[in-house]
Amino acid sequence: MTEEPAVRVRGLHKRYGDKHAVDGLDLEVARGEIVAVLGPNGAGKTTTVEILEGYRTRDAGEVSVLGQDPGTAGRGWRARIGVVLQSSSDLDEATVTELVHHWAGFYPDPRDPEQVIDAVGLREKASARAGALSGGQRRRLDVALGIVGRPELLFLDEPTTGFDPEARRAFWDLIAGLRHDGTSILLTTHYLDEAEQLADRAVVVSNGRVVAAGAPADLGGRNARQAMVRWVEDGERREIRTDTPTAVVAELGTRFTEIPGLQVLRPTLEDVYLALIDDDAAETRAKEAVR
Amino acid sequence: MSTLDTRPLPGALRLGWSRTRYEVRGFFRERDAVIFIFAYPVIMLAIFATVFGQGGATVGDGIPFAQYFLPGMIATGVLLSSFQSMALDIAAERDRGGLKRLRGTPLPPTAFFLGKVGQVLATSLIQLVLLLAVARLLFDVALPDTSARWATLAWVFLLGTATGAICGVGFSSIPRSAKSASAVVTPVVLVLQFISGVFFSFYQLPSWMQEVAAVFPLKWMAQGMRSVFLPDGAASLEPAGSWEHGRISLVLIAWLVLGLVAGVRTFRWQRRGDR
Repeated sequence: MTEEPAVRVRGLHKRYGDKHAVDGLDLEVARGEIVAVLGPNGAGKTTTVEILEGYRTRDAGEVSVLGQDPGTAGRGWRARIGVVLQSSSDLDEATVTELVHHWAGFYPDPRDPEQVIDAVGLREKASARAGALSGGQRRRLDVALGIVGRPELLFLDEPTTGFDPEARRAFWDLIAGLRHDGTSILLTTHYLDEAEQLADRAVVVSNGRVVAAGAPADLGGRNARQAMVRWVEDGERREIRTDTPTAVVAELGTRFTEIPGLQVLRPTLEDVYLALIDDDAAETRAKEAVR
Repeated sequence: MSTLDTRPLPGALRLGWSRTRYEVRGFFRERDAVIFIFAYPVIMLAIFATVFGQGGATVGDGIPFAQYFLPGMIATGVLLSSFQSMALDIAAERDRGGLKRLRGTPLPPTAFFLGKVGQVLATSLIQLVLLLAVARLLFDVALPDTSARWATLAWVFLLGTATGAICGVGFSSIPRSAKSASAVVTPVVLVLQFISGVFFSFYQLPSWMQEVAAVFPLKWMAQGMRSVFLPDGAASLEPAGSWEHGRISLVLIAWLVLGLVAGVRTFRWQRRGDR
C-alpha cells in the first residue's frame, strides 16, 4: 500500500455517441507528484479528470485512484481526495469564513479553516459573501474548499483560466506550498507556462490520447528541441534542423560575407506543444481518410 | 501514512444539523425568495378576506371570509415553502454546479437531504406562525380551541410539508435548467391553488374540477386545515360531507411515496448530459 501511485490509468475509453472523447489514454501520478495534463479544448482532459473524480462512468480501461475504483468508491475515499471543478456559480449567499468552516466539517481530519483562508490569500475577504468575490478570488475560494479536507490527492481543472498575471503568480505559490505538504496533484491547463512552473511531469493529450509525456523541459523528445537555422539563399528561404547550429553558421559564413536573413531558433515549449498537437491532428485526418 | 483511516468520518445526523443551519442562513439571505414565500400567502389572505368579506359577508353557515380562507392560505403557504421552494432551489443548485461540488466531498446524501428538510420545516413553521398572527390580530380569526384541533393542525402541517418537500425534490429533475425551472413550477402551483379551493369556496367549484383537484395533495391539505379552523358544522360543505381525515392522510402519504420513488430514480447531482 505504501508506494502504489496516487493515480493509475490504463487504456481508458469513453465515447459520447460516435465521438471518442477518451481513446485509450494512459496516465500515472506518483505519490507527491504534480502532473499537468495539457491539451486543446475538446481533447478529453475534463472527461478524463471527471472519470477519475467519480463523476463520469467509463466505457473501458483500468482506473485506480488512491487504490480504489472511482466508479464504486465511497465516502472514505472522497475524504482523501480534493476536487476543484472547472467552473461553478454556486455558493453566492455564504461568506468565505462560513463556507470554509462548513466544508471542514465534512472531513475526518481537516486543515485549520483559518489557516486555509490565509493560505489562499482571502483573509481580507473572509467576511465577504462568495457572490461578491472577483473571478480570481472565487477561484481561490474553490481551491480553499478543495484543500480544507487535507486531501492526499488534489484535482485542479483549469484552475487559473481568466486570471490576471499577478493572480496566477500568487496561485502558483499556493500550489508550491501544497507540494511542500506532500499533496499529489493532477491539474489540467491550457497554459504551458503553468505546466512549466508547477508540474514535475506534463502529459499532452490530443483527441483523447496521450501524444507526449515527460518533464516539461524534455517534452517532445530531443528532436523537437533541435535548433533551427534559417537564412536566405538565391532568393529562397532555407532551413536546417541541427544539434550543432554554431557549426552550421560557421560553414555558412564561409559562403557569405554577411549571411542574408540569418536566424537561429530554439523551439519554446509552446512550439513543441503546437507541433505535437498539429502532428496528431494530421495523423488523425490521415487515418480517417484510410477508413 | 499511519494516521490514515483512523479518524472516523463525521456522522450523517451531525452533518444534517450543520447543513440545516447552513441552508436556513442561506435562505434568509436570499431576499427575493424570503419576501415572496412569506409575504405571498399573507397578502393573499388580506386581499381575499378584505374583498370578499366586505359588509360582513360570510360563507355557508355564517363563517367570516377571513376564517374560511385562512386554512387554504396555510395550505398554499406549505405548498410554496416546501414544494415550490425545493423544486426551484434544487434545480438552481444543480444548474450552478453546487450539487456537483458537494458530490465531490464526503458529505453523505442523507445529510444533504436532512439539511433540506430542516430548512423547509423551519421556514414553513415561521410562515405558519406569521399567517396565524395576521389572521388573529388583523382579521380576528379565532385560533383552534381544543388540543384535538391543534393536533390535527400539527399532523396535517408536518405530513403536508414532508410530502411537498419530497415531491419538490422529485419535480426538480423535470426543468432543463434553472432558468426554465420557475416557468415549469409556477404554473403547476398556480393551477393547483385555483382548482383546490384556496381562492374560492371549494364547495362552489364545478364537481369535475373538484374531482381533478382531489388527485393532488393541495386540496387535501386545505381540507385538513379547514377541519382545524372551521366549526364542525362546516363539514357538511365538503364534497363528502365530512372532513375525511383518514383519506387526507392516505392521499398525502401516497404522494409522499410517489415523490420519494420518483426522487430516488431521477435525482441527479449534475446537469443533464454531464455524465
